[in-house]
Amino acid sequence: MRRDIYHAIADPTRRSIITLITLQAMTPNAIAQHFDTSRQAVSKHLRILTECELVQQKHEGREIYYHLEVGKMKELDNWLEQFRIIWEIKFNQLDDLLKTIKQ
Amino acid sequence: MNLQFDFIINKDDNTVHVKRAFAADLPLVWDAWTKPELLDQWWAPKPYRTVTKSMDFRDGGTWLYAMISPDDDKHWCKNDYLKIVHHHTYIGLDAFCDENGIVNSDMPRTQWTNTFSQDVNNTLVSIVAKYESLSDLEKVIALGFKEGFTMALENLDQYFDKHSKK
Repeated sequence: MRRDIYHAIADPTRRSIITLITLQAMTPNAIAQHFDTSRQAVSKHLRILTECELVQQKHEGREIYYHLEVGKMKELDNWLEQFRIIWEIKFNQLDDLLKTIKQ
Repeated sequence: MNLQFDFIINKDDNTVHVKRAFAADLPLVWDAWTKPELLDQWWAPKPYRTVTKSMDFRDGGTWLYAMISPDDDKHWCKNDYLKIVHHHTYIGLDAFCDENGIVNSDMPRTQWTNTFSQDVNNTLVSIVAKYESLSDLEKVIALGFKEGFTMALENLDQYFDKHSKK
């Protein structure tokens, strides 16, 4: 199965990681310190987030930093916006219908 | 005329809350949401259309209908009515299905609670869509558009063109 952004945000730990690195790029160790789970578990989440192209790795010296791909997060906003727009279209159709049957 | 339209996604309890006012009296708005001959006129986002196969609007009854694309592709859907309080609220469980109402279990089902209240000149419809899990909610948001009540996507560009005076 191809991983996508919805896979990325389906897990609460991954959502927390996203929130953390929104503020600044972080190393896996620094990220892991914020969670009770094992370092391995955090690495697994980071791998999934990378596969979903929601985060990017950047090597600086010996350290790897994880960055948030802001453009991908915008994709999510667009989906929610489209969900809303579908309803808006339906509701506008209902407005028209109500106008017709009121007469 | 600016009618209220709220749209909130609550990921803590896997719900989507939609509120919308309509400029008509409650009995009329209620009919538009519960009578098949009226639902067929607005339920599907254009250019799709809705055709009801059967409607049994009572506790334990079902609305079985098809959303039909301009190319005549039929997407069968249904709504199982769990509880109805006349002119006040109804609760239904939706599903993608086949033309006999056999549920497609690959897709999450949504429980809809629709509540109607009369304002002075308007009727307010409050909708709560409840999903079993957050991943169900996100699956519906992600796939909803490719699979079912969805399909107006190709229309959105035109829609934005027409309405984008933001």
